Amino acid sequence: MPDAAASDAVPSKTQNRFIAALRDAAFVGLITAGLSFPLIALRAEADMNNHLELQQRWSWLVSATIAMAASRFIASIFDRLVARIVGVTGVWLILFAGGTAYYATDTHPGVIAGCVLAGLIAIGLAAALNRSSVDAGRTETRPAEPSRFYRLDTSGGSLAGNLISIAALGCAIAFPLVVLAWLGPQGSLKWINNYGVQILIYVMLGWGLNIVVGLAGLLDLGYVAFYAVGCYAYALLATKFGLSFWLCLPLAGVLAAFWGILLGFPVLRLRGDYLAIVTLAFGEIINIVLTNWVDLTNGDAGIPSIPRITFFGLPFTAADDGFAARFGIEFSPIHRNIFLFYLILALALLTNFVTLRLRRLPIGRAWEALREDEIACRSLGINTTSTKLTAFALGAMFGGFAGAFFAVRQGFVNPNSFTFSESASILAMVVLGGMGSQIGVALAAAVMIGGTELLRELDFLKVLFGAAFDPSQYRMLIFGFGMVAMMIWKPRGLVSTRSPSIFLKQRKAIAGALVKEGHG
Amino acid sequence: MRWLSDPLLTVDHLSMHFGGIRAVSDLSFTAGRRDITALIGPNGAGKTTVFNCITGFYKPTSGRLAFAREGLAELDDVAAITRSARRHARMASGDIYLLERMPDFQIARQARVARTFQNIRLFSGMTVLENLIVAQHNILMRASGFTILGLLGLPPYRTREAEAVKTATYWLERIGLLPRADDPAGDLPYGDQRRLEIARAMCTDPVLLCLDEPAAGLNPRESAELTKLLCAIRDDHGTSVLLIEHDMSVVMNISDHIVVLDHGVKISDGASDFVRDDPNVIAAYLGVPGDDTTAEQRA
Amino acid sequence: MENFLQQLINGITLGSIYGLIAIGYTMVFGIIGMVNFAHGDVFMVSAFIALIIFLALTQLLGVSSIYVAIFIVLLASMLLTSLWNWTIERVAYRPLRGSFRLAPLISAIGMSIFLMNFVQAVQGPRNKPLPPMFNEVIHVTSGGAFDVTLAYKQIIIVAVTAVLLAGFWYLVQKTPLGRAQRAVEQDRRMAALLGIDVDRTVSITFVMGAALAAVAGTLYLVNYGVVSFSDGFTPGVKAFTAAVLGGIGSIPGAVLGGLMIGLIETLWAAYVSNDYKNVAAFSVLIIVLIFMPSGLLGKPEVEKV
Repeated sequence: MPDAAASDAVPSKTQNRFIAALRDAAFVGLITAGLSFPLIALRAEADMNNHLELQQRWSWLVSATIAMAASRFIASIFDRLVARIVGVTGVWLILFAGGTAYYATDTHPGVIAGCVLAGLIAIGLAAALNRSSVDAGRTETRPAEPSRFYRLDTSGGSLAGNLISIAALGCAIAFPLVVLAWLGPQGSLKWINNYGVQILIYVMLGWGLNIVVGLAGLLDLGYVAFYAVGCYAYALLATKFGLSFWLCLPLAGVLAAFWGILLGFPVLRLRGDYLAIVTLAFGEIINIVLTNWVDLTNGDAGIPSIPRITFFGLPFTAADDGFAARFGIEFSPIHRNIFLFYLILALALLTNFVTLRLRRLPIGRAWEALREDEIACRSLGINTTSTKLTAFALGAMFGGFAGAFFAVRQGFVNPNSFTFSESASILAMVVLGGMGSQIGVALAAAVMIGGTELLRELDFLKVLFGAAFDPSQYRMLIFGFGMVAMMIWKPRGLVSTRSPSIFLKQRKAIAGALVKEGHG
Repeated sequence: MRWLSDPLLTVDHLSMHFGGIRAVSDLSFTAGRRDITALIGPNGAGKTTVFNCITGFYKPTSGRLAFAREGLAELDDVAAITRSARRHARMASGDIYLLERMPDFQIARQARVARTFQNIRLFSGMTVLENLIVAQHNILMRASGFTILGLLGLPPYRTREAEAVKTATYWLERIGLLPRADDPAGDLPYGDQRRLEIARAMCTDPVLLCLDEPAAGLNPRESAELTKLLCAIRDDHGTSVLLIEHDMSVVMNISDHIVVLDHGVKISDGASDFVRDDPNVIAAYLGVPGDDTTAEQRA
Repeated sequence: MENFLQQLINGITLGSIYGLIAIGYTMVFGIIGMVNFAHGDVFMVSAFIALIIFLALTQLLGVSSIYVAIFIVLLASMLLTSLWNWTIERVAYRPLRGSFRLAPLISAIGMSIFLMNFVQAVQGPRNKPLPPMFNEVIHVTSGGAFDVTLAYKQIIIVAVTAVLLAGFWYLVQKTPLGRAQRAVEQDRRMAALLGIDVDRTVSITFVMGAALAAVAGTLYLVNYGVVSFSDGFTPGVKAFTAAVLGGIGSIPGAVLGGLMIGLIETLWAAYVSNDYKNVAAFSVLIIVLIFMPSGLLGKPEVEKV
């Protein structure tokens, strides 16, 4: 009587499950308490005499423990990811309401009540979502892991890809004008500069590093060094010798490529993580030299008043020979920012164009082959050293271009812009985007940089937590946590498939599981 | 007896030691032009080590690997190159290379020795067609003006690339994989991967093709196809083949010349009939009553 | 001469701390082939835990003997840091095991950023100074240009390091746990087939690495008497450098590399330039790797064709 047995088993199963979830929750709560005991519950704060005093914050520990335990409980009783996410959100809303009521006593009771209600609704919704999926799950068998097999991309794939690329390009071109028309010169500055230009710099850096890491499979943890070389090349050539930006831009690229070759020559025979640590060390060395060679770089104080960008010779000033006067329009500082936006867009598109072209040339195919199997490459007569060096030099060159742009945009540079965390962020964009995928890297750059910039807008939380609350210190915390979460969610990046560089009849996307990630 | 009258590759006193282990000691043999030469022997006999020395992946401890690419090399010529510090010389009869002095990729590029691997090394994340195009890297690289002309999209490169695709298509047809040209190489079944690796090596237009256990893991039908393919490579393309193989039906069917190794030493050398009946070979493969002590000493 | 001797003592002290952190890198790399970028920040977290426990003992519980206090701090910091690293492995790395190589690396970098900013958020951005402890010194030489001194804290640091390393060495070489670790290192799948609990072994490796990092964190606090949220990165990178220099995957190599980096840094700072001491450490790394690509004591990597 299997049916009867099954129906008998159901209630006890749910009950078991409930108990198991409670046990899970208790375990997680215990761990959280252990983790928070020294770091959260007690805070060492220096007093006026620089003498450390301990502040006790046991309520924080209790809140953290309850929050984690409750979240874990919800996650254990629901099967489906959506249900879990919605449920956990609900729990956090309720806890948030409770916390606000406790800490920020001046909060409007309506806000708290609203949060509690929303939280309850979310948990109810999660339960409903979970139930419907459990019912559906009974009949359908769990599909085998789809990414294991290559996905047949019936011609629409590349077409859709092209459409997305064209749409993205159109949006990028229209972006400053739309923002300007919408928000006016004052309001649009932040959007064009902090979001537009900033994101595009990282898109370009990501695309440059993608050549090295994504195509050639060489792990470079010191990419920021080449960015720094380009940046200081322009800053020094412009301030010491008065060279113009348009002359310095190619020079900065050439210098960075030269440094790429200089570094690459001795180290490219190293494999895997050895290459990673040497590139990291190189990045650190460049940073230390920039900091300490005060005669040349002015150290931490940086190089101020670097000549600003000109419109091919016309300065963006209110003067008579300025851009605005010459074109007979009213002067506004936004002109320069719009020009900078289009300049970096052009530079990024150049990087993209060159990379896409190279992928279809022997050198690009050799890079990818190198990533797949270096020994096989050598057996086919490919000079792996020079192939690696070109990848390194080209990646460095684009980093150098971006650096020169950064200097002309900031008007001021110091070594703090070229720390390891920059290299790490750029690498994260490449990996998160999906190694070798241009659109993926651009998307990842937009999400990561745009997202962290958006986190600057958290000031509204002050209304809830009181004026002493400083949201900016949670920005990088969320950024770091987001990196972990995104890797766990999509370890192979947003675009995990590889598009072949040549085909006979049909371009089929290749599943990420087949594509190797290189040994260097 | 072409391996005596017109040797393509002359291996002289080749030794390869790893620390205290003597994988190959004082091995000499020749491989004839347009011959299929088989290198056989029990497991651990040092066959793959010989391959790795010939293709430059290992630097031999001592010995000479003279490769007469186009025609019969005079012994005096070879001796003259050996005395000089050079690794290559152009003689009246054609180019002569000393492989032990060349880095691996130069052996493939200049001496034109191609190889496959025991544990297949395809570019699994690239398509079948891409694998064959990568194999024509050096020709295409020149045609693309070392990338600069190619970057500008000039027509000479386009035509050369089309020719490369034609070569690839030709080989795909030969190995029966044309319908799968746009599939990732890593998705192919094992037997197809083996044949694709051979086709990829052939796309480099080699003079000598070194195959490391090409029939391993193939079923009898696939083995028979492989035999046909290898004969065609020799007869239609004039490419000499050096073969490591355990499948005796393949070896005995197609080999013009067989060299037998055991524990890094040559124990027999000759045509298939001669090797088949050589008591040394039978002893090495089957063991000889009362020979246990010597086997232990060797081990 | 006196100066050289003094710098030698200082270098060995610093090198001990680097060596302890380096073991964490090298063990994790050995067992799952991953560069645990967050390890430097785990070290920083451990220093904070040590600081807070120390303050709690002296201020809240009124422990007056500094030796007793430091002993308890050491144990508590080892325990709690292990818990942190266990959790980190469980949350950020285990889901990515067997996934492609760069995913755990990025996850670790994310974890490193998270830890640094977490500590900044909950403990504040300012330096945390402690009054100096173990101030007594032994005069090794006297009457020369100046006296070469050996501070008590230096003796404590080197002695604690030596004792713990001996215990740790025994654990890895002579116990079934160490054997399981080495088996997982060689072949994870085969080890699992032979009944070794791979997940548990990896967890224990992280716990051991964290415990040693916690010792380093406590000793760092004792030595410098100050810690801030950003103190994890530079010692972390240098300890990683030490691990690679010694041959990554080799535990004696990590200790040797740590001592070398400590000495190079101290001597360079004393005789050449304090500003460029890190450049010296990194340059030595690059030079050693160019001539000995697998580090000083690493197994030479034979290319399998």
